Amino acid sequence: MNRDSNIYTVVYASVMVILVAVVLAFTAQSLKSLQETNEKNDKRQQILRSINIDAGDNAEAKYNEYIKEAFLVNINGQKVNGDAFDVEASKAFSEEIFPVFVAEVDGQTKYILAMYGAGLWGPIWGYLSVDSDKNTIYGADFSHQGETPGLGAEITRGDFSYQFHGKKLFRDGEFRSVAVVKPGKVDPRRDFVDGVSGGTITSQGVESMLYDSLRGYISFLTLQNQ
Amino acid sequence: MGLLSNKNKEVLVGPLSINNPIVVQMLGICSALAVTSKLEPSVVMGISVIAVVAFANVIVSLIRNTIPNRIRIIVQLVVVAALVTIVSEVLRAFAYDVSKQLSVFIGLIITNCILMGRLEAFALGNGPWESFLDGIGNGVGYALILVIVGFCRELFGSGTLLGYQVIPDAVYEMGYVNNGLMILPPMALIIIAVVIWIHRSKNQELQEEN
Repeated sequence: MNRDSNIYTVVYASVMVILVAVVLAFTAQSLKSLQETNEKNDKRQQILRSINIDAGDNAEAKYNEYIKEAFLVNINGQKVNGDAFDVEASKAFSEEIFPVFVAEVDGQTKYILAMYGAGLWGPIWGYLSVDSDKNTIYGADFSHQGETPGLGAEITRGDFSYQFHGKKLFRDGEFRSVAVVKPGKVDPRRDFVDGVSGGTITSQGVESMLYDSLRGYISFLTLQNQ
Repeated sequence: MGLLSNKNKEVLVGPLSINNPIVVQMLGICSALAVTSKLEPSVVMGISVIAVVAFANVIVSLIRNTIPNRIRIIVQLVVVAALVTIVSEVLRAFAYDVSKQLSVFIGLIITNCILMGRLEAFALGNGPWESFLDGIGNGVGYALILVIVGFCRELFGSGTLLGYQVIPDAVYEMGYVNNGLMILPPMALIIIAVVIWIHRSKNQELQEEN
């Protein structure tokens, strides 16, 4: 067999590609259900972290324990049909649909809102919980796809997200969101938290994500307050 | 010839120091810079590379007599890409947290020069068992440097190791500050250079004459 002939090369390449495709497809299929469970539990953990609960391994049980209700609202704050847990924030936002999770922590109602935005290298997302006054932030959690470890990726840390506790979304009845500033700087217009040193662009991404995502919830947040 | 003859021992142990892929062969520097700002990703990246380079070496060595010469790089690349995809899928199914942390870097193993370098230089000309040892040796040699660099950078850059604080609060109160430069990529290059410096001064025969 002449290993340098064109026919041999073409046949070899084709067979190899088909074989590899079969192996990869088989791997992806057989691991799919495990991966989906992981992803769902990861999402549950994120939602629970935004109400300052570390779910650990039993995310599903804790989620069912704390989250009382989950629904979708439109830009006018009215409920629409659909499953709030299953929708992807990125897709839902472009259709102006916003997921809301209602949690009960120590007898008090907290509303959890979804957020989605862009970091330095890829998407960032998170969840923000507010007290029943729909103004004071109770907790927050941030996730990212590929921010730099040690720099932008620090937004996932508890000491970053815990800064949001107690900040107000509205000032003088107007939606102002929360600013993420360089440590040491202040924002006189609205409440602010310190950004991540060395993660300036990711911090700015968090700030725009908060503003852009929460803007869609304004009607929902103000409706019952009046 | 035993399973661990002298030549095979040399193949396995050589890359740990005297023929180390990073500090002597200068392969795989790129990923060594990117993932080492923390110790944990360094360790997982090291383990993933060991697995991929060992298996890729074995597979390429097994089919080395059938590979058409003109597309051998493509064949090697397909083997590596398939293995990396499998590693990434397995991590997502069984070690979700780690895979989230490493995210893009797992995919970047494909472009790691150590893989192509070992496949071209060793697996194409040697049997599967030697190739396996060569892969393990080079993978461990790579992981070793990653762990050293990750250790230094996390310790001096964040004051933690594997996420746990190791520098006591009292030291910070006395005015110690974490070195932010440590977390930035240039510092990885400098630490690798320091490692090479120490390594060369211990191994005189590696020094080049001017």
